Amino acid sequence: MTERRHLLSILVDNEPGVLSRIVGLFSGRGYNIESLCVAETMDPAISRITMTTRGNPMIIEQIKKQLNKLINVLKVFDLTGQEYVQREMVLIKVTAVQQHRAEILRITDIFRGQVVDVGQEHFTIKITGDDEKISALLNLLRPFGIREIARTGSIALFREKK
Amino acid sequence: MSKLTGAQILMEMLKEEGVDTIFGYPGGAVIDIYDELQKTDINHYLVRHEQGAVHAADGYARASGGIGVCLVTSGPGATNTVTGIASAYMDSIPMVIFTGQVPTKLIGNDAFQEVDIVGITRPCTKHNYLVSDVKDLARTVKEAFHIAKSGRPGPVLVDLPKDVVNATTNFSPPGKVSLRSYNPTYEPNIKQLKKVVSLIRTAKKPVIFSGGGVVLSKAHEELTAFARKGQIPVTSTLMGLGAFPGTDPLWLGMLGMHGTYRANMAVTDCDLLISVGVRFDDRVTGKTDEFASQAKVVQIDIDPTSIQKNIQVSVPVVGDCKISLRQLNELLEGLDGPDLAEDRQEWLAQIDEWKRTTPLAYKQEKDIIKPQYVIERLYELTNGEAVITTEVGQNQMWAAQYYHFSEPGRFITSGGLGVMGFGLPAAIGAQVGAPEHLVVDVAGDGSIQMNIQEMATAIQYNLPVKVVILNNCFLGMVRQWQELFYEKRYASTRFQHTPDFVKLAEAYGAKGLRAKTPDEVEKVLSEGLAHPGAVIMDFVVEQEECVYPMVPAGAPIKNMLLV
Repeated sequence: MTERRHLLSILVDNEPGVLSRIVGLFSGRGYNIESLCVAETMDPAISRITMTTRGNPMIIEQIKKQLNKLINVLKVFDLTGQEYVQREMVLIKVTAVQQHRAEILRITDIFRGQVVDVGQEHFTIKITGDDEKISALLNLLRPFGIREIARTGSIALFREKK
Repeated sequence: MSKLTGAQILMEMLKEEGVDTIFGYPGGAVIDIYDELQKTDINHYLVRHEQGAVHAADGYARASGGIGVCLVTSGPGATNTVTGIASAYMDSIPMVIFTGQVPTKLIGNDAFQEVDIVGITRPCTKHNYLVSDVKDLARTVKEAFHIAKSGRPGPVLVDLPKDVVNATTNFSPPGKVSLRSYNPTYEPNIKQLKKVVSLIRTAKKPVIFSGGGVVLSKAHEELTAFARKGQIPVTSTLMGLGAFPGTDPLWLGMLGMHGTYRANMAVTDCDLLISVGVRFDDRVTGKTDEFASQAKVVQIDIDPTSIQKNIQVSVPVVGDCKISLRQLNELLEGLDGPDLAEDRQEWLAQIDEWKRTTPLAYKQEKDIIKPQYVIERLYELTNGEAVITTEVGQNQMWAAQYYHFSEPGRFITSGGLGVMGFGLPAAIGAQVGAPEHLVVDVAGDGSIQMNIQEMATAIQYNLPVKVVILNNCFLGMVRQWQELFYEKRYASTRFQHTPDFVKLAEAYGAKGLRAKTPDEVEKVLSEGLAHPGAVIMDFVVEQEECVYPMVPAGAPIKNMLLV
């Protein structure tokens, strides 16, 4: 059975300890969390957790069932294989010496990124997009020297029927 | 509406839930709760160690068919319950554990006897709560009992800070619990059940594989009717023993690592495996690729996570075992067509052949007591009607193999977690839960010492539990592995000193008896079982006896080592 990455959207009670139950479930059972993003929904009593995980179909089925078994989990959606929109924000601190500055700005522009901090020898670039776009930009910036990055992890919602 | 303290509200709620028995141990953080408790009609059993309280509640729940309740203090009181909670969680035993906690203002301050028990028990409870406001107390207790008892049962812990217990609020009993995220599925999907029935019609070599879920949902009558209607032989997990009569011709014996030859062969060979209330533990399946590999597998369970966790399932049925089996029986009733009894003749004959050629066996000796012989005699002398608790290891397996259970709630063992030290406190709880029954703890000389202090509890409350020690001066099961797989290198498994259990019994105020030769076995058992109080019977048995059959860990279950 082949492993595949899955994007899960989980609605949970917005209570202390709930995130710990979920993270504990993953570490205790040896499941993998690749990224995790948590915040309140429109209803302040409910939070949405967006998570990317990886596993073969049997493992993914177990993950979803185990999540549903937690008393504080209201609903688990598996977005993978469905129509959805996904975004992630990344801050990239890249070395920008004189002779590369114009090139870096051009690349940033093409990706509709923004420079949010400038120094003598660096830019910090903010970019929003899906996985593919972010990887593409990181690949292009890598030769200049990426000093640090901070990623939010993916957030996602189903697409409504048009 | 009246103003009550948290402790008073707790008592009101316990009354509302019909709790009349608590196992516990007091301490600073719960002193106010105990002060209220003594004013009620609830029977409190003061154990000698908090682990004993949880195992006793476990034994109580299983023997009575009710729910176990514990009350302990904060910090060490709470951490001492963890093993018992983890055991109850793996065996799906309904239980509510109340722990004291330091006042809310001190939480997180490393206060005296403070521990984050909610954090510690998160992975081994069905759910747990820290009550931080007295206004939430009544509802939380109500939810805790609801969650512990419903669906797949399990332990729920409620942590009670001392200031919450002392605060006052207006009390009115909370209404029915409704949790939007927790609604267990009891009713099975009828389409799935019809698939099961059509598989039963065409199967040539079917086997029913029953587990703890059948005991928990009290589905033993439905199971027995189902097996007889379909003329299907029945095997069981350790946890499922007693749900099907151990004397029935369709009974195969236990399955798995120490299962019977015929059960392991039947499952290996079957073309349809109908599993009910089981979770395919590794001790049952051995190598999963070769487990029932010829068979279509049906799995009925109330917990969706149990289904397709370890084994590929052809027909999953999410639902309560009792309701599912009842509906299957109704469907089978309306079945006209081939005569199932006739259809099964060849298969049942094959099973009889396995039973005849390779029965459960051990070599009897003249001068040395064989542990299996003690259990056989115990079975005969009690007419198979005792409630048997066990410790963990060889004693547990011999009890499972040689005592034939015919009713659920008669075999009480720590199946999933495998807790040494479980049997004595569980026997105490079982005796409280089933006072009219004879309760016997089958123990080893290792296990019994892990919670021997509970003898004092048995004496204090006049609980006439009988302890049968199969004393081989070894940690027998580990020694067996060392003999078979480590060339007899007995690393740290021999007890070079063991207490005199007869004197120990007397020191606690119990009766102590000892048998050293086979001809003393019956005399000691008869005398011990007839004694009106608690007894320890010390059977000095063969030191290097092994439990057979045995499937080496991870091997296919047809690869059995035999006597």
